[in-house]
Amino acid sequence: MLLLALDTSTPAVTVALHDGDRVVAESTTIAPRQHTERLMPQVTDALAAVGADRTAITEIAVGVGPGPFTGLRVGIAAGRTLGAALDLPVRGVCSLDVIAYAVVSGPAAPGPFLVATDARRREVYWAAYDESGRRTAGPAVDRAAAVRAQRGALPAAGAGAGLYADEFGTVLAPEHPSAAALARAVVDEAVEISAPDPLYLRRPDATPPAGRKSVLA
Amino acid sequence: MTPPLILGIETSCDETGVGLVRGTTLLANAVASSVDEHVRFGGVVPEVASRAHLEAIVPTMHRALDEAGCRLADVDAVAVTAGPGLAGALMVGVSAAKALAVALDRPLYGVNHLVGHVAAEQLENGPLTEPVVALLVSGGHTEILQVDDIATAAELLGQTIDDAAGEAFDKVARLIGLKYPGGPHIQRAAAEGDPAAIRFPRGLTAPRDMTRHRYDFSFSGLKTAVARWVETAEAAGKPVPVADVAAGFQEAVADVLTKKAVLACQERGVSTMVLAGGVAANARLRELTEQRCAAAGITLRQPRFSLCTDNGAMIAALGAAVVERGLPPSPLDFATDSSLPVTEVLVGAGQFS
Ligand SMILES: [Zn+2]
Repeated sequence: MLLLALDTSTPAVTVALHDGDRVVAESTTIAPRQHTERLMPQVTDALAAVGADRTAITEIAVGVGPGPFTGLRVGIAAGRTLGAALDLPVRGVCSLDVIAYAVVSGPAAPGPFLVATDARRREVYWAAYDESGRRTAGPAVDRAAAVRAQRGALPAAGAGAGLYADEFGTVLAPEHPSAAALARAVVDEAVEISAPDPLYLRRPDATPPAGRKSVLA
Repeated sequence: MTPPLILGIETSCDETGVGLVRGTTLLANAVASSVDEHVRFGGVVPEVASRAHLEAIVPTMHRALDEAGCRLADVDAVAVTAGPGLAGALMVGVSAAKALAVALDRPLYGVNHLVGHVAAEQLENGPLTEPVVALLVSGGHTEILQVDDIATAAELLGQTIDDAAGEAFDKVARLIGLKYPGGPHIQRAAAEGDPAAIRFPRGLTAPRDMTRHRYDFSFSGLKTAVARWVETAEAAGKPVPVADVAAGFQEAVADVLTKKAVLACQERGVSTMVLAGGVAANARLRELTEQRCAAAGITLRQPRFSLCTDNGAMIAALGAAVVERGLPPSPLDFATDSSLPVTEVLVGAGQFS
C-alpha cells in the first residue's frame, strides 16, 4: 500500500507517504498563505523521493481542520480531486487529532491535555484529549481565556498554546500537525476517520445589507 | 488530426465552471452557481463563494465529462483561471487543477480570466481574426481590452475606476426596491419605462475625463445620482416611477459602455468587437452595441449567454489556444493572482523562452 497524507490547516504545508510499515517520505514547509503554491510540488517531490509514480498511491488522507479557511480548502480540494481522478478513497481526519496523536506518541505522555491552534481574531481552535489521545471535547473555537475557564490550565500542544501561553499549562510540542503523524495515525487506526469535509466551525463573515443610507446631506 | 482535449476550470467569482474543448469546438460546459446563496447579502460574499466552489468542483467536473461523453483519461491538458478574481475562490480551482494535472500526468496551464472571456467567442463563431477589441461587462469586472493574439498578446485599454457595471445594476436595483441580481430585474422594469424620461449622468465622459480616462468607466456617480433622484422624489411625497428610473439608468450604462468601446475600435483601427461578460445578457446593451457597431462598420461578435457568463469552457478555449501555439505549461508552483494583469495571458509564459 501507499498512503498519501496531506494537511494545510495551519501555516505548515505538509505531505507524507506511508507504505503500511512506515513513513517513507515526508515534506513540510512553513509557508503562510502559500498553500496553493507549495502543496502539489511537495506531493510530486515526495513521490519522486521514493521512486513512485502517482498511480502507486492506494489511498489518501487529508486533514480537515479546523483551520483558517483559505489554506484549509487547498488541501481538501487537492485531496478530493486526487481521489476522484485516481479513483481512490479519501479519508478526513481532524487536524487537532493529528497533533494529539503526535503528543501521545512522544516520549513523555502528559496525562489529559489540550490541543489549541491559531484561529486568528484572538481565538483558538481547540479540543481536549485524555492521556491516551482520545478526544473528549471539541473541536471548538473560543478565546483561550474561555477555554481555560472551562477546562482549567491543562498542558497544551499547538501554535495556539504558545500564542496564549498564560492561559494554558505547560506548552507541548508539536506546534503544527505533520502529515507523517497523520499517516501513522491513519495506518495505526488511532484516529476517528470522517468524510474529507472541512471543519469550519464558524459561519462565513457576512451580514445582509442594512437599510439605505441617505445620500442627501 | 483531432486537436487535444482540454479541460478548463473556472472559480474566480461565484460560478464553479468546468468545460471541455477541442480546438475551437465546445464539448461540454458544466456550471454550478452559488448565486442563490448570495441573494440575501445583496452581492457576492467571497467566503460563501469559496465554500460553494469546494463542494461543487468535483461534481461539476464529473458532469462535464458526462456531457462530453469523455473519461478523465482522455484529457490531454488542464487549464485553470489563475486570476484575476477573488483570492480564496481562485485557490480552490487552482488547487483542484494542480491535483488533477498531477493525477493525470498532464500539463497544466494557468490562464487569464479576462482573456478567457474573449476566447469563449471562438467556441461560438470559430477562430477570431485578431486584432479585436473586447468589451467585458460583468458583476465583477468592466473592461475594454485589445487582443492582438489570443494566446500571447492582450492589452488593457480601460476599466472601471470604481464599481463594476454589474455591481451598479445590483446597487440601483436595491435603491428602487428590486431584487438581486439587479441585471435581469432592472431590464424587466426598464421594458415598461421611458429611457429618456430621466437623464442620468454618463461617468468619465466630460472633455477633461476623456483625456485622462479615455476608455475608463465610473459608475459610482451614476449610482449616487439615482439615489439622489429617488430620495428627492420620496421627500416630496411623490411616487417613484420605478420603470422610468430603471430605463434611464440602464440607458446611461449602455450608452457609456458602447460609446467608449466603439471609440476604442475606431481609434485603434480595429474592425472587430467582442462583447462578453454576464451583463452582455442585457438586451438594451446588446441592441445599442449592435446599432453602433453597424453604424461604425465594426463586426460585432458575441457568444451565447452561457458562454458570456463565467464558465469553464472559456478557460478550456484559451487553454486550447495556448496549447496549439506550443507554449510551455505553467510551473506546478504558480500562484493565484487576484489582480493578474491582462498582459499575462498565460502564467509563467516566457519563463522558459
Ligand atoms: Zn468574468
